[in-house]
Amino acid sequence: MKKLLCLCLLAGSSLLAHAELRVFATVPEWGALAKEIGGPRVSVYTATHAQQDPHRIEARPSLLAQARRADLLIAAGADLEAGWLPVVQRESGNAAIQSGRPGYFEAAAQVRLLDVPAVLDRAHGDVHAAGNPHLHLDPRNVLKVGEALVRRLGELDPPQAAAYQAAFRDFAGRWQAAIGRWEQQGAALRGVPVLVHHQSFVYLSHWLGLREVGMLEPKPGVEPSSGHLTALLARQQGQPARMVLRAAYNSDAPSQWVAGKTGVPVVLLPYTVGGSPAAGDLFGLFDDTLQRLLQALR
Amino acid sequence: MLCSSRWVLAVAGAFVSLPALAGDPDLQALRAEIGQMKAAYEQRIAALEARLQSAEQQQIRTQSAAAVEVPPASQAAAPASGFNPQVSLILQGQYKNMKDVAERGITGFVPAGGHDHAADGIEGISKRGFSVDHTELVLAANIDPYWRGQAILAALDGEVEVEEAWFQSLAIGHGIGLKGGRLRSGLGYLNEQHPHAWDFADSPLMYRALFGEHGSYTQDGLQLKWLAPTPVFLEIGAEIGRGANFPGSERNKNGAGAGALFAHIGDDMGLEHSWRAGVSYLRTRAKEREAHFADINGSEAVGAFDGRSSTWVADFVWKWAPNGNPKYRNFKLQTEYFQRREKGDLSCFDEELAGNACDPLAAGDSVTSRYKTRQSGWYAQGVFQFSPNWRAGLRYEQLDSGSRNFGANAANLIVDSYRPKKTTAMADYSWSEFSRLRLQYAHDQSMRGLTDHQWTLQYIMSLGAHGAHKF
Repeated sequence: MKKLLCLCLLAGSSLLAHAELRVFATVPEWGALAKEIGGPRVSVYTATHAQQDPHRIEARPSLLAQARRADLLIAAGADLEAGWLPVVQRESGNAAIQSGRPGYFEAAAQVRLLDVPAVLDRAHGDVHAAGNPHLHLDPRNVLKVGEALVRRLGELDPPQAAAYQAAFRDFAGRWQAAIGRWEQQGAALRGVPVLVHHQSFVYLSHWLGLREVGMLEPKPGVEPSSGHLTALLARQQGQPARMVLRAAYNSDAPSQWVAGKTGVPVVLLPYTVGGSPAAGDLFGLFDDTLQRLLQALR
Repeated sequence: MLCSSRWVLAVAGAFVSLPALAGDPDLQALRAEIGQMKAAYEQRIAALEARLQSAEQQQIRTQSAAAVEVPPASQAAAPASGFNPQVSLILQGQYKNMKDVAERGITGFVPAGGHDHAADGIEGISKRGFSVDHTELVLAANIDPYWRGQAILAALDGEVEVEEAWFQSLAIGHGIGLKGGRLRSGLGYLNEQHPHAWDFADSPLMYRALFGEHGSYTQDGLQLKWLAPTPVFLEIGAEIGRGANFPGSERNKNGAGAGALFAHIGDDMGLEHSWRAGVSYLRTRAKEREAHFADINGSEAVGAFDGRSSTWVADFVWKWAPNGNPKYRNFKLQTEYFQRREKGDLSCFDEELAGNACDPLAAGDSVTSRYKTRQSGWYAQGVFQFSPNWRAGLRYEQLDSGSRNFGANAANLIVDSYRPKKTTAMADYSWSEFSRLRLQYAHDQSMRGLTDHQWTLQYIMSLGAHGAHKF
């Protein structure tokens, strides 16, 4: 009985000790969104950074230790983290962040995904059954995810629900205005043909109207081969692309090779928050992305 | 319906207004009455219209709400087969070029395969030429919100072996994880990894000396783990189980036959480095654990051990990836050390009744003596991935047969004292995460007086669900 009391006291004190909600975000973009909405009411740990390929993360001990203490796990979903997150969830001993619990939030479940494969066959490369998971590069998706996230934060932390709502309304207002600005700036990009390293810019292209005419990877997740790049060059004659897009975590050799052969500029896009010095937050991410695209167009 | 009643009223109104021209007081009263009726009807119609409108709006609202919540493709209705477990199948096989050795073993160490020649070794490891390893079928799924289950079946010719079959808790919380069934023990570092996740084509000598040719310790039992709520990874665990596998033995007994304890600590150092260190302890008992020995005249003798076996393992892993992105380049250093003590009795007898030092008259006699050993060993390996597809690795290992005190049987049996060594180099190519081809060369001196140059060409292919691997 005494032991039980002690345990209860311990549990109670540990609850009081961290009043703020602990958020474990798998990728920087959703960590940044949690910070925008949660402000000082949440402490956000971001498991990966912009220089890391989000498909290839290892279930490192440090990630387990952080997941153990999290109240909310924000994942990109759509199997982006299939290679490591399930292990982190299971081995964390944290019941709150298991799939299906309120403490597990998946961004991909909040929006309509593009590139949903009609056929599931690995002969087509590393395909994601649910659709393309790089959904944050359409800013309208960020808003949808934010709407769902603010509800979830409110459920997990009811006393602060109004504060989360207020913070989100403030963010959403600024974000809507920014979308208007970006769309105006990006009007010049409509219909511009581009080559991409990986299918990581599908949502960006869809939003801005960029026309993806080729991919440096022969199949999603398969490294560019010289044969495939040569074939792309041949296509360049008939379907000339204006630029080659790659994310900060992609190797630069294939895109540089194509650029050297064709004279088309390579645009290194930040891809996520922290991917370039200017992409310090979500606003910076899109400001910088548009600026880099427009600069390449000139 | 509302429209038509309005029309009827309008006609009625027109009809009623016609006789008004007459100016009769009766008619005036009638007109007033009809006027009241008209007003009442109009009120009721307005009310009905308002109700209809609100009903319509509500319908639109619920429809649009449904439209907002339905679209995620991942939540689309799936057929009943959607509940089938994740399935993956591992294909593994090799070509091996090495010396023909009648009974492979490690000099100075008791063979884990027991005294049965045929069972000594798993498919492939000791086979020369082309061979297919066992084919692993992995089935895994969440059972309900509280438990998850996984089974690994290894198919060989004419038999299916249950490699692993366990359930794992999902909902206990507080950092606690409970696992039950047939499971790979949390001992050491490599023990929990499956052969398809190994960086070399075979397990280190150390694991073969400790646990036999399977290269891992598996037992039927329970595992309880606790992860501390600290920023540094700190995990402790305990296991109890049947203890039927080497170095223990199968026996008919209540209670637990083996117990293990382990602790792991790990963290990141900056963006590019991460590490994990661990220490583990296994204690088990063996009863009539039989093994082949050579007697002092070189004849065959069987020694059966009864007693206690305890093993310490220390492990350390360090990984490096430039910018923390392991896709293009990364390096992994891994090392483990063990020490094993066994204490009890050794009965030496003559299985084939051919006559040996323990049974000179070939009459089925045996000699029992005390038995006490203390043995150790280690390995260290480094694997460098220098392109998205290519890796190369080097492993060095050394065991020490240590002190082996056979008591009175020391006069009957040859007690080898030897330091087995092996150096292995490998290079592998991966087309994707799911396929790998490996070439390996080993300079093997694990048997006294024999230097074996072993070449292995191995393939590992995984089909189906994308497995998540541990650190």
